[in-house]
Amino acid sequence: MPFARRMLVEERRWLSAEEFTDVLSLCQLLPGPNIVNVAVCVGARYHGVRGAVAAFAGLMTAPFFIMLALGALYTEYGDLPAVSAVFRGISAAAAGLVVAMGLKMAASRRLRSAMASFAVLTLIGIALMRLPLVLFLLSVAPLSVMATLWRAK
Amino acid sequence: MNEETLAQLAMDFSVLSLIAVGGAITVLPEMHRSVVEVHGWMGSAQFAELFALAQAAPGPNILVVSLIGWKVAGLAGAVVATAAVCGPSCVLTFAVSRIWQRFRGARWRTAVEDGLVPVTVGLMLAGGYLITLSADHSWPAFATTAVTAAVVLTTRIHPLWLFGAAGLIGLAGWV
Repeated sequence: MPFARRMLVEERRWLSAEEFTDVLSLCQLLPGPNIVNVAVCVGARYHGVRGAVAAFAGLMTAPFFIMLALGALYTEYGDLPAVSAVFRGISAAAAGLVVAMGLKMAASRRLRSAMASFAVLTLIGIALMRLPLVLFLLSVAPLSVMATLWRAK
Repeated sequence: MNEETLAQLAMDFSVLSLIAVGGAITVLPEMHRSVVEVHGWMGSAQFAELFALAQAAPGPNILVVSLIGWKVAGLAGAVVATAAVCGPSCVLTFAVSRIWQRFRGARWRTAVEDGLVPVTVGLMLAGGYLITLSADHSWPAFATTAVTAAVVLTTRIHPLWLFGAAGLIGLAGWV
């Protein structure tokens, strides 16, 4: 996802930062891998069914085969101490990437100060209390939407 | 591997596709239950290894299902599992995204979008927190995570370079 944001917003400029947050909101609302949903949404926006299929194929084909190749290599060499050491380093960096993306989105202009309380609530509910995601979304998302409607009056 | 296994992969992962609200990581426990506990296709340790690999590799995390499918039923398994986990949610997303565009500017649509922004931000931050806890087990590892986040926030360097550097740090035995 951080790579996708970088490509769509910063390099190709197909979406503004605000539009990206928009699309991502819808795609997180819907079931399925978020990044795949984003690809389908952006593809559909520009070229309908063909755009969606092209975006999906473009997103998945190369990683699919890379993944199988890596899987084969890992099966063969994964037990080596050097390989698992490299993996520990990479997974620490990967975590940093996710943290950075969360902070970037938190700094977006779309997150108005009063509404930030819902972000904090979500962070506490999901990260600290580990509430089931579906139930949490069904209860908190409508509240957040109602609060937005109420503020807009 | 036989057709029955392929059918089971297709069925289980199609269901996962439609309950995966919030993305691949949220259905991980359910995936584990299906693959390890119900069908006994692999052990828990191997399941965890495959997930770590999917995290580190390029491409969407959900491709962990390709690895699982491949382990269970070869190339056919990989294709079936990947199609099953993406198909239903993709069709739904496509349909909703068309309707969504038709209501551009509608007051309720703006409210739904604006209202979801803080929840999205909260989920992202929660994801970063949980992934950091599961990836890092030493202070140099936490430092690697913090430095990576800081570099991504302040520069435009491509993240793959950071992955490479972190891999070397790992190889040196510091994390």
